Amino acid sequence: MTMDTNKKLAVFIASAIVLAVLPFVVGNTLGNSWVRTIDFALLYVMLALGLNIVVGFAGLLDLGFIAFYAVGAYTFALLGSPHFDIHLPFYISIPLGAGLAAMFGLLLGTPVLKLKGDYLAIVTLGFGEIVRIFMNNLNAPVNITNGPQGINLIDPIQVGGVSLGKAIEVFGFSLNPVHMYYYVFLFLTVVVVIMVYRLQHSRIGRAWVAMREDSIAAAAMGLNIRNIKLLAFALGALSGGVAGGLFATFQGFISPESFGLLESIMILAMVVLGGMGHIPGVILGAVVLTIAPEVLRDVIGPLQMHTFGKMIVDPENARMLLFGAAMVIMMLVRPEGMWPSKRRAAEFKDAKKG
Amino acid sequence: MSEVLLKIEGINKRFGGLHALSNVSLHINKGEIYGLIGPNGAGKTTMFNVLTGLYTPDEGSFTFDGNDLFRAPPHVVVKTGIARTFQNIRLFHEMTALENVMVGRHIRSSANALGAVLRNKSTRDEEAAIEAKAWELLRYVGIDDVAYERAKNLSYGHQRRLEIARALATEPKLLALDEPAAGMNPSETESLKALMEKIRDGGVTVLLIEHDVKLMMGLCDRIAVLDYGKKIAEGVPEVVRKDPKVIEAYLGVAHE
Repeated sequence: MTMDTNKKLAVFIASAIVLAVLPFVVGNTLGNSWVRTIDFALLYVMLALGLNIVVGFAGLLDLGFIAFYAVGAYTFALLGSPHFDIHLPFYISIPLGAGLAAMFGLLLGTPVLKLKGDYLAIVTLGFGEIVRIFMNNLNAPVNITNGPQGINLIDPIQVGGVSLGKAIEVFGFSLNPVHMYYYVFLFLTVVVVIMVYRLQHSRIGRAWVAMREDSIAAAAMGLNIRNIKLLAFALGALSGGVAGGLFATFQGFISPESFGLLESIMILAMVVLGGMGHIPGVILGAVVLTIAPEVLRDVIGPLQMHTFGKMIVDPENARMLLFGAAMVIMMLVRPEGMWPSKRRAAEFKDAKKG
Repeated sequence: MSEVLLKIEGINKRFGGLHALSNVSLHINKGEIYGLIGPNGAGKTTMFNVLTGLYTPDEGSFTFDGNDLFRAPPHVVVKTGIARTFQNIRLFHEMTALENVMVGRHIRSSANALGAVLRNKSTRDEEAAIEAKAWELLRYVGIDDVAYERAKNLSYGHQRRLEIARALATEPKLLALDEPAAGMNPSETESLKALMEKIRDGGVTVLLIEHDVKLMMGLCDRIAVLDYGKKIAEGVPEVVRKDPKVIEAYLGVAHE
């Protein structure tokens, strides 16, 4: 027992140190663009963990998850940019965006209570597109979202008079925005991880699993299926909304283009590839699927030049091709994901046998 | 006359042209074991699903322990005090036996999402109480030695018992069992019978659907017989057994 706790503590301290120094090590060796990629990886971890509540815990296939990211992002942008000349501080607009996203979660959840599987997927897909198209067209007759041009000059986060949007000097260290945002994102990612972990191991989490496994038996045990489903949609949307707000302030610019169907599919792929319902697996899935395309981008071009002396396949195309192939192979060889929970791994094992 | 716990009057349920239940009335008294028998397709399981809120009846009235449950959704029915098992066992297969019973405690606990995230003292206490109660129930039905096994890996008899424990976790006043002895050997049936008597003596009224007429005759305080969606007899086992309509339903009528 003590051995186990000691080991856990050691792992915890080691990972805390690694995570603390990561942006500087990466920034000094690979360059700050990689720190930026890591920042995005953290955003995607939050998104994937949010979607994992809906897909992994509650077993509801959602192809429109990016809509909640969009709601969070637009809330922040509209409340912190020259567009309306409102400049609310982040500690108001991020919770507000998260709350609004949760409400959109309920808005999506309510009409689809009776749907499951493919039918649910199609409705949620439509929902995601509706939100995007609204963002695209809400510039007339009254200009709310500024349409396809998007919203520019979004306020950076300000902490105690220090803007995270400009590099600062601390004890001779130069802190870039990518570094500072890294810590903000890391902090909120940890908050989201704790949130979903505790939810999973609670009365609510048990109810989700029960509903996923057999909703009739769950109803017969007195579970209010409607409320449990809506709660999953709302809580998943909540973390999507937080990530959206962070994305807006980090980029300084958002447009409807960032919230397309492909993004929804990407986040779903992170959840499925990582290991549906398993928090460490989902985190791994999000990190790998954010970093891998960037690595391929850096490798494919030079590799072709080196071996063939000329560019045979356009690196951008080759990157997506390899990436797609990797996903297909992964799903064939390890459908349960890279790092599945014991329960999920057993389900797949039994399914194969039977 | 003992106190009536469940009272349904004139229940009708149609599926398209099929009149699955026509004008069925039942009264179940507090503290008895009440049996519902009938040939295949007589409407027993339909009746069960109506009583537990999974089906909404077309007409009739349904009161339980002073509450009107006509067309009430399942979670309201469970909250009022009716719990059930299924004919074709419906456990949460990938959950452990313990977790299955803990799900049954859902309706008698109240921690919300905020409590779950903050993990405050009342949530932790409640969670501990849920687990303690689940252990108690596993011991009660005699399967606490397999608490950490996944439900699907349990033997058939253990799965049946687990379903009963899960239903008891909702603290029912009426426990409705849909063919609990199906597929059991005589010794398993015998110990199941003992369990049902223990449950009744613990103050829970039991409603039982069963094919095994012999078991029913020895166990039930009163029996109702359904045939083609109609109640054709009701009473103590000795009387029902001799009822010509019951004999006809089960064996067919002799042609002269």
